Amino acid sequence: MNISDKIFKFFGGIKPEGHKQISTRNPIKRLPLPKELIIPIRQHVGKMPNIVVKIGDRVLKGQILAEPVANMSAATHASTSGYVKEIKPMNIPHPSGLPDQCIVIETDGKDEWIRLKKIDIENISLSNLLEKLKHSGVVGLGGATFPSHIKLNANRIQTLIVNAAECEPYITCDDMAMQEMTQDFVDGVNLIMHILNIPKTIIGIEDNKPQAISKLNSVLDSSKNIHLKIIPTVYPSGDEKRLIYLMLGVKIPKEKRPTELGIQVFNVATLISIARFINYGEPVISRVVTVTGALGQPNNYQALIGTPIQQLIKDAGGDPSQEVIMGGPMMGFKLPHTDVGVTKAMNCLLAVTDEMKSKASTEMPCIRCTKCVEVCPAQLQPQELYWHAKSKQFEKLTDDYKLFDCIECGCCSYVCPSNIPLVQYYRYAKSEIREQAKSSEIADIARDRNEFRLFRLEREKKERAERNAQRRAQVSDEDKKKLIEEKKVAIEAAMKRVEENEE
Amino acid sequence: MIEAILITLSITILIGLVLGYASIKLKTTGDPIVDKIDKILPQTQCGQCGYPGCKPYATAIANGEADINQCPPGGDDGIHKLADLLGVEYKPLNAEHGEPKPKSVAIIDESTCIGCTLCIQACPVDAIVGAAKQMHTIIEKECTGCELCLPPCPVDCIDMQVIPETTENWKWKYPIYKIEQQN
Amino acid sequence: MTPLDSPAIKKNMSVSVIMFTVTLALIPALIAQIGFFGLQILGNLIIGISFALILEAVCLKLRHYPIKPFLKDGSAFLTAWLLIISIPSSTPIWVMLVGLFFSIVISKHAYGGIGSNPFNPAMIGYAVLLISFPKIMTNWPSAEQFDFNNFLNFSQLFSMFASIDIVDGIVSATPLDKIKTALFLGEPINNSFSIFDQFNAYQIMSIFYLIGGLYLMIKKIITWHLPVSLILSIFVFSFILHQINPDVFMPSLFHLMNGATFLAAFFIITDPVSSPTTLRGKIIFGVMVGLITVIIRNFGGYPDGIAFAVIFMNIFVPLIEKFTQPKVFGYE
Repeated sequence: MNISDKIFKFFGGIKPEGHKQISTRNPIKRLPLPKELIIPIRQHVGKMPNIVVKIGDRVLKGQILAEPVANMSAATHASTSGYVKEIKPMNIPHPSGLPDQCIVIETDGKDEWIRLKKIDIENISLSNLLEKLKHSGVVGLGGATFPSHIKLNANRIQTLIVNAAECEPYITCDDMAMQEMTQDFVDGVNLIMHILNIPKTIIGIEDNKPQAISKLNSVLDSSKNIHLKIIPTVYPSGDEKRLIYLMLGVKIPKEKRPTELGIQVFNVATLISIARFINYGEPVISRVVTVTGALGQPNNYQALIGTPIQQLIKDAGGDPSQEVIMGGPMMGFKLPHTDVGVTKAMNCLLAVTDEMKSKASTEMPCIRCTKCVEVCPAQLQPQELYWHAKSKQFEKLTDDYKLFDCIECGCCSYVCPSNIPLVQYYRYAKSEIREQAKSSEIADIARDRNEFRLFRLEREKKERAERNAQRRAQVSDEDKKKLIEEKKVAIEAAMKRVEENEE
Repeated sequence: MIEAILITLSITILIGLVLGYASIKLKTTGDPIVDKIDKILPQTQCGQCGYPGCKPYATAIANGEADINQCPPGGDDGIHKLADLLGVEYKPLNAEHGEPKPKSVAIIDESTCIGCTLCIQACPVDAIVGAAKQMHTIIEKECTGCELCLPPCPVDCIDMQVIPETTENWKWKYPIYKIEQQN
Repeated sequence: MTPLDSPAIKKNMSVSVIMFTVTLALIPALIAQIGFFGLQILGNLIIGISFALILEAVCLKLRHYPIKPFLKDGSAFLTAWLLIISIPSSTPIWVMLVGLFFSIVISKHAYGGIGSNPFNPAMIGYAVLLISFPKIMTNWPSAEQFDFNNFLNFSQLFSMFASIDIVDGIVSATPLDKIKTALFLGEPINNSFSIFDQFNAYQIMSIFYLIGGLYLMIKKIITWHLPVSLILSIFVFSFILHQINPDVFMPSLFHLMNGATFLAAFFIITDPVSSPTTLRGKIIFGVMVGLITVIIRNFGGYPDGIAFAVIFMNIFVPLIEKFTQPKVFGYE
């Protein structure tokens, strides 16, 4: 393994205080089984899977609870053995605070696994493997939760890039996973390279993880063509397109996907899950969560999916009434309810510190200082996007100012001297534009249906008029015959009467 | 004097020729302004504007017979867009034509439906499926929420259900952290 | 209140930090000015800035905005400071207040307050005074020796209240003025004075503005684009003119050291609200301001054209921004 030479520097980015050491002092902790697990049915991007269990069923650890419906869907599994207590809408970790369908499992303490089947990677076809992966629950565990079997359905990939950057402050789950589950991680990399016939892998890791770097250096096999590239600690180097540019110098615009240029990117935790599924048959039932911030003992936890987060916060020395951010301080959102369970997307639980609370202040007018332009990693014009979003002029945003290239990293809001919540304006504008596009589509369909209905009514009217005209023509012939018949009958009757009268 | 008349006459003839050529060669068919107005209207086909559908209303606006503030489903947004397109002043929604309501779809109570087909004839986008003395049902995806099916039903079995906000259709709200204005 | 999650951490930067850092960078030049000319400028500053803050508060109240956050951000403070150091310190107080009125009320609040003003507020105030009171504006105090006693001569502080008329003996024309007069009279300017006897007060103040400006660039308050493009532009264009006719046009170093070149380059045109937001646009802006300044200085009717050049280019800022939009990541 050699350390590759060139690292391309991307425009913009910020260097906030890392706060990483507070949660890496101790190894990953495993807590005792909780009494209940609150497992949301849908924890991925895509269609809601079909629930295959009912209330009262006994489920084993790793048993499938919801089957994927279409290709863009993933499975959900029971994280431990127990009984299905409830299936109903409950609070989930979502910025809206709206509930979604969840399964509540009452754990029985036995932690009994379902019978696991490892996969023989040498003797299985790609389509069979992808079908099995679809039912494995593996989704992008970096936060995007994109079903991984779709990402593995690609060919002609020249480079695999492993996203080990973990650029956001406070988050250290991938760092600890690389240090403690190194073999699984390397297995994951090797498996992906084998499945997709990828000749080269580059692992992108930031330079603030010296222990992980030295551990990887000692384990990686130099002959396997896996390079370790150490990048400077700049936020957001962990964003997919920025990372690709750092590693390879290739810039990918919004319309293209990395697979079109022969590049595929995977997160560390996703690779570990893929390795465990293929080598041991284990579906995704737990993940590493960093619990940090204004707590007594910040730490990383290997948490079962569905574990109530209050259990983790309490163990880390926190208070149930604290405000908690899910995700990092830059892109995370404040949890509206804290009575939720751990999900596959939850990489960090950040208890809000006093320093963060003191920074919240009033939004002042924009002074066009362009500090936001200097830090935007997508090289956009944040102030133009802000003015258009604020005044609700959405026409120019998509094409001229490329709003949808914004990755909502928050660098612009971080540096704004006027405390403008820029990312909130962009999210609002994006929602509005998407909704306008959708309602415009629906309106087009309604217009077509209405036009067809008017056409159909016209057509029916014409057909009816034709039929009437025909019938009138027919009826007059028959009418005449009837009249002749009637007249004949009347004449005969009259003649009979005359004959009877004569007798 | 005579040169001035000749020059003016020749310029006039030249411009007349150019305009005549343009009116023949660059003629547009149809009435594009009606289509543009129709594109802005929400296609609910509810008739609250006073016209039997969105296209007739668009035609009326283009002819100057109707005002731009008669469409409640289009809302304030729609009126602003129409005002921008036609170059007229924005007016608030005319309350005589109805109030904007949240988006809803109609739903038939199947236990009460008698299969009379009156609602099928009323629906402007053919979103109701059924036949005489057969069960009627509404295709939820095609229903525009126009409420034209409610009056004809003799047993009053159709209700309007507001589309609930779920995590699928939730959207980010306008950041309302404005500077407090002291009024 | 801005919510916590957009993002939750922030850099320690605010508008008031920016404005007060710029003020800090102006202090060396202020000390030099007091040392050469006396405490009069400090008196002007105290009265002028107080008046500007009062005007700002009144305008905010009339526009129904909360007063405290806007006054705290220091923009009126800085505008007043820049205007007051641009005008002669012997200006009568009422003239200064008229200038401040135009700067704060007309050029800033009438257009929508901070962030919405298309023109540089300090330069609008200066331009109005220059056009309305030309004689007063050209009566700068004569260049003196640096005198430490000036710092203690407190009677000078509010001497503007004592005198109503300008006494001709203690004021004289600036070097640029002398050149303009000489040009009008048709005298060859080389005779007026030599370039290198000019390490007088004004030149030393220019150097302090340069030092303050470099401090701002190190602190990353401003980028290099505007100052460097203005300075190079003035240098190049005056050099070209000097080569064409050395008798009529002064050499470039003269143009750089005299007038408000360094003050303008680092403090005036870098006003974020009225200058372009794109980096290429900033360079174009700086170059054009330099060109117009050189033209006005050499061919126009006013001795120093920076104010008019800046205001003129402010008109073109939206057009410049439209044509210099940079490429987004990934698009070629």
